[in-house]
Amino acid sequence: MTTEIEFGLNSFGDVPSDAGRTLTDPETVRLLVDEAKLAERVGLDVFSLGEHYREGHVDSATPVLLAGIATATERIRLGTAVTVLSTNDPVRLYNEFSTLDALSNGRAQLVLGRASQTQSFPLFGYELEDYEHLFEEKLDLFMKLQREMPTTWQGTVRSPLTNQTLHPTMRPGGIPTWIGVGGSPESVVRAARYGLPLMLAIIGGQPERFAGHVDLYFRALEQFGLPRLPVGQHALGLIADTDEEAAETWWRSWEPLVTQMGRERGFYPPTRDRYELELATGALFVGSPETVAQKIVRMTDELQINRFDLKYDIGGLPVDARARTIELFGTRVAPRVRELLAEKADDREQQPVGATHE
Amino acid sequence: MSEPTPSLPTVGILGAGKVGTVLSRLLLSAGYRVLIAASGDPSRIALIVDVLAPGAVALTAAEVAREADVVILALPLGKYRSIPADLLEGKLVIDAMNYWWEIDGIRADLDDPRTSTSELVQDFLPASRVVKAFNHMGYHDLDEGPSAAGAADRKAIGIAGDDDAALTEAAALVDAAGFDPVRVGTLRDSVSLQPHSELFGANLPAAGVRDAAARFSSTERGREVAAARAGAPALRPR
Repeated sequence: MTTEIEFGLNSFGDVPSDAGRTLTDPETVRLLVDEAKLAERVGLDVFSLGEHYREGHVDSATPVLLAGIATATERIRLGTAVTVLSTNDPVRLYNEFSTLDALSNGRAQLVLGRASQTQSFPLFGYELEDYEHLFEEKLDLFMKLQREMPTTWQGTVRSPLTNQTLHPTMRPGGIPTWIGVGGSPESVVRAARYGLPLMLAIIGGQPERFAGHVDLYFRALEQFGLPRLPVGQHALGLIADTDEEAAETWWRSWEPLVTQMGRERGFYPPTRDRYELELATGALFVGSPETVAQKIVRMTDELQINRFDLKYDIGGLPVDARARTIELFGTRVAPRVRELLAEKADDREQQPVGATHE
Repeated sequence: MSEPTPSLPTVGILGAGKVGTVLSRLLLSAGYRVLIAASGDPSRIALIVDVLAPGAVALTAAEVAREADVVILALPLGKYRSIPADLLEGKLVIDAMNYWWEIDGIRADLDDPRTSTSELVQDFLPASRVVKAFNHMGYHDLDEGPSAAGAADRKAIGIAGDDDAALTEAAALVDAAGFDPVRVGTLRDSVSLQPHSELFGANLPAAGVRDAAARFSSTERGREVAAARAGAPALRPR
């Protein structure tokens, strides 16, 4: 049962449009700083950036961007969504994020994943088919660096470390580190094994399908003798004043994007019917503040989430639609979800002892 | 969890990922006894199976191959050569795999329009009867989509194979899992169920699957496959 929830914004550094003109990459980089400032102003808890190496995305140097945001904000926490650990050097990553944490006065965090996009593998000289092994070993090293400094480590994916101390050294225990999971049960168990909170990336289909994964995560934590840890959900969406406006605006960017993805991966373009279904019962959080808030509350029941991250940017989306989403997410959706959760908690308290809960 | 129905064949599933666990659930609820394996020690997937496919039995891949009457392949296609071929002799083997370069790496052998990937699997399992099935529907649609036979708008799964009896057995399994089986041709034709074909990702009733299969040869991908097959000898002449 969720009583408290935090809200994050996720960006993949998608290049937007403004009055029909596509922004340049440098303009998009600077826009992200402004959007993070707006996110802070409207009271959101976390701002996170992805890591991509392809046209239409400017989030390739995530820690550099986050450092820029750190000096322009004061309170909002700064994270990733997700860091492709498999093709990063854990030592380098440690240095970047311990520096970010120092610079931001303890606001740095991470979501680590195997990534659903693969451009970083050839770019940095890795073989795609090694992605599982790379992730496993590098997670082992990265968590060791965060939890046991000085660190001694030996593996196959980089040179060994002997009694190594890194500077600036992270706060004791390291920074909050989540594991991003796209549906692989083994990844869920791995997050539990390392005692790390779980971020479910749910980008298609009915989100409640992941209830089994949440059960699996809690059961695995139990088996490893660990306490319950938070579960978060990463979703795509857009918030506008009305459901109709949100649905139309999102479709204009989403349709070409999914068509392109389909071309790369071999599936056919989305139909409008399929889209409507994704809006009604699926993974897209597109709608008015009330629609999106109600859907998030449903997720707190079905997936027991205590963190909800909205990816608000999608290629070509107008800058004002992005800004409006951030604003409504912070000023309308977040308070409304908290209000609905408080009402539910009150209802439960008023139930007579012994009443059955669903 | 209901007890398995003794008259039904025992189903083995190789692969305990997204597709393997969903198929396990579907067949368990249809009354089948389900054995499941990932690569390596079954204890590694014990908890996963217990939570996501309660009632299935986690074993090694060799044990699953030996004990099951029918084996479904739900492992990454790139690893098909790790399948215990000798233990599958004479058995119905259902190929639910797809070439997914993000997992398998870039593999020209798995992306050759002249040869369907199920033909490669059949070559690797010469003494088994291979049927392509359960591959074209996304695993979340598989999970959300099953319904009783005869239900309006029941979703369908295209199946393809060279052996009529094997196709009949596979069709029964698809039906039991909650989908209408639709025959779309031979293993060679199963390219119409693969990535880049209209049916890949399709979540349609039987008529929709039948129509899409029928017009495959006139689609861009269909013409590309035909041209490749006409222009040069297949990697695997039949």
